[in-house]
Amino acid sequence: MLSRTAENLFWMARYMERAEATARLLTMGQRMAILPGAHHRDEWRSVVRATGNGSRVFPEGVQVTESDAVSYLMLDLDNPSSIRSCLLKARANAKSARTMLTQDMWEALNEGWRKLDSYDVGEARQQLPALIDWVKTRVMTFRGAAHSGQLRNEGHDFLRTGSALERAQMTLRLLDVKYYVLLPETEVIGGNRDHYQWTSVLYALSGARAYHHVYGGTYTPWQITDFLMLNRLFPRSVAYCYDQLAYRLNRLAGWHDSRGACHETVRQMVTDLEQLDSGEIFRVGLHETVQSGLRMTNRLGAEIARTYHFG
Amino acid sequence: MPFHEMFEPDGPLRPCYAEVQSWVERTGIAGLNRRLEEAEAIFRRIGITFAVYGEGGDPERLIPFDLLPRIFTAQEWRVLDRGIRQRARALNAFLHDVYHRGEIVKAGIMPADIIYQNSAYLAEMADFTPPGKVYSHIVGIDIVRTGPKRFEVLEDNCRTPSGVSYMLENREIMTRMFPELFGQGLVAPVDDYPAELLKSLKEVAPPACKGDPVVVLLTPGSLNSAYYEHSFLADLMGIELVEPADLFVDEERVWMKTTLGPKQVDVIYRRIDDEYIDPLVFRPDSLLGIPGIFNVYRNGGVTLASAPGAGIADDKAVYIYVPEMIRFYLGEQPILDNIQTWQCGKPDECAYVLEHLHELVAKEVHGSGGYGMLIGPKSTKDEIAAYADRIRANPSEFIAQPTLDLSTVPTLGPAAVVGRHADFRPYCLVGKQIRLVPGGLTRVALTEGSLVVNSSQGGGVKDTWVLQD
Repeated sequence: MLSRTAENLFWMARYMERAEATARLLTMGQRMAILPGAHHRDEWRSVVRATGNGSRVFPEGVQVTESDAVSYLMLDLDNPSSIRSCLLKARANAKSARTMLTQDMWEALNEGWRKLDSYDVGEARQQLPALIDWVKTRVMTFRGAAHSGQLRNEGHDFLRTGSALERAQMTLRLLDVKYYVLLPETEVIGGNRDHYQWTSVLYALSGARAYHHVYGGTYTPWQITDFLMLNRLFPRSVAYCYDQLAYRLNRLAGWHDSRGACHETVRQMVTDLEQLDSGEIFRVGLHETVQSGLRMTNRLGAEIARTYHFG
Repeated sequence: MPFHEMFEPDGPLRPCYAEVQSWVERTGIAGLNRRLEEAEAIFRRIGITFAVYGEGGDPERLIPFDLLPRIFTAQEWRVLDRGIRQRARALNAFLHDVYHRGEIVKAGIMPADIIYQNSAYLAEMADFTPPGKVYSHIVGIDIVRTGPKRFEVLEDNCRTPSGVSYMLENREIMTRMFPELFGQGLVAPVDDYPAELLKSLKEVAPPACKGDPVVVLLTPGSLNSAYYEHSFLADLMGIELVEPADLFVDEERVWMKTTLGPKQVDVIYRRIDDEYIDPLVFRPDSLLGIPGIFNVYRNGGVTLASAPGAGIADDKAVYIYVPEMIRFYLGEQPILDNIQTWQCGKPDECAYVLEHLHELVAKEVHGSGGYGMLIGPKSTKDEIAAYADRIRANPSEFIAQPTLDLSTVPTLGPAAVVGRHADFRPYCLVGKQIRLVPGGLTRVALTEGSLVVNSSQGGGVKDTWVLQD
């Protein structure tokens, strides 16, 4: 496979995953903003921050409004994580790698690809739930088309590697935001407000129902952390994503009959995570654990690019 | 009145359109228009578009599609088939000649300056013979019909004729939407084309190639207006679609960068222009090129299809001599006629053209896509005068042709079937053998009376049927 094609597949999957994650963040923001006392807490700032690059755009001390967040996260082409940017870039990647996509995958990306061009912030806010549903449907259709139709060749592995990496990062960033914004020092851990904020994170990751089934309806920060970091059955947990990365990269090593730095790193990531339990995470510090996870996933992304001659 | 392909001059239906006529009656015009909307939605979803630069609006536009097929009888096709193959052979023989001994010039049939002063002539190709002596591997010949038995060639496209994806997709959509029309097996299939193209390309593998040739399609990239076609063809042939940056030269061979490391490439079906191929030989400012590839080509390490320099054969000044080429190289009488053409480079012909500009179609010799032409009868006095000034300033850059009584083909209008002018481009494949699928691209002017069928100027496309005996 052409290196450029592999790179396009990898990034296409990342952008689709990111578009969906950003859509979920907007839902989370809306949920949190209607909770009592929301405007004191600058909830939208935490949402913007979870995308990883909002702090440059929104200086501290100025309230981030819903309008700001919707504009920035949904429509802004200068924001590489906005839904519009992600969908446009995913389509451009798909167009360049078209011969590797099934017709259904292409159609999932191609249908209505300029839809968001016609919206201004006012309209987008008004129709936010419908737009978010539209984005989620696009991404799920795309994922389903890949799942049910794409050849299980290396192209598929590059695609799945991209989505697992992006997913791991999003879950880590959400946990980090939780640490920064949702755990004010004055608040007692496990307090009432804390409860809402943690559950909003579960909602943002579509994990609320699954969490109930696993932990039986009680919310504690350590259980939720356990669920999002270490649960091997929840497909958006860090552990699950790391397992996927290891599995996909191993398959790629098999296709190519050679291993690179990325294979060493992913093995390390999986092993390190296996040493942890939620008690250990809080002893070391959630922030520290998450930061080290983000460092490792970034490093892994760069190593994958080098191993397979991207760029 | 121009010849109407569906109706005889005195009115009755031509028999080859009987099936279509009864289908139109069964479905009704309104019904057909509804189906047309469905068809367009499908085209849009699949992404069959071409890119348009710098005009604002939709950067990826649909080419208007017309539901009513254009039909050739088996007998008509036999003539066209022989004529097209003959022309493709002569053009390739000509290309070999101009890059070697130049016999046609020595014989006094063509003036030397038309060839050797031409910007499409590449001195770098002199004395080199590409594999199989093939220069133009896909010859697109634009043909118009001017009477019941009269077909004339408008121009030859020896470099990178585009549009073949529409031939295939138009058929695909017609069989998808109207399976009953194809149920009786009356229409000759065209879906062999990609397989035939791949065979032709493999047949011209370079001397250095051992084993099954690796063929790739080289595109400038996803912003190119014909990118859809490039990816579509690569897909149907099951070959890699590469961009220039995916290729590099090492040790006298060409390689593509893969996740497994470099992989050797034997045949490149390139859809980028000559001048961008190799910055070491042609344009040094080309960011698209693959440095050193031309040298590898000349040393037999890779085949470029079509060959650099093949464009000399589709130059409009050279076109005039194609019937002579057929006689000279093949010793045959031309089966398809040229359109009468005046060369403004010749003083007496130029004088005639300037005097009759209001009734002629004048074109720039190097122009393409319908740009830079003047349609005399449809132009104002001022436009004609301005064009005449351009001709006088640079006569050898212009030719002129009579305004033809182009046939009209049945086309779906909002309320009725109407006649619109059309041309036809078949795609002749040249490898060790010559291959031609029964069909091609029919382009139709959608405005009443218009003669301009180019997609860049609002023309549409329709399926082309060759009926089987």
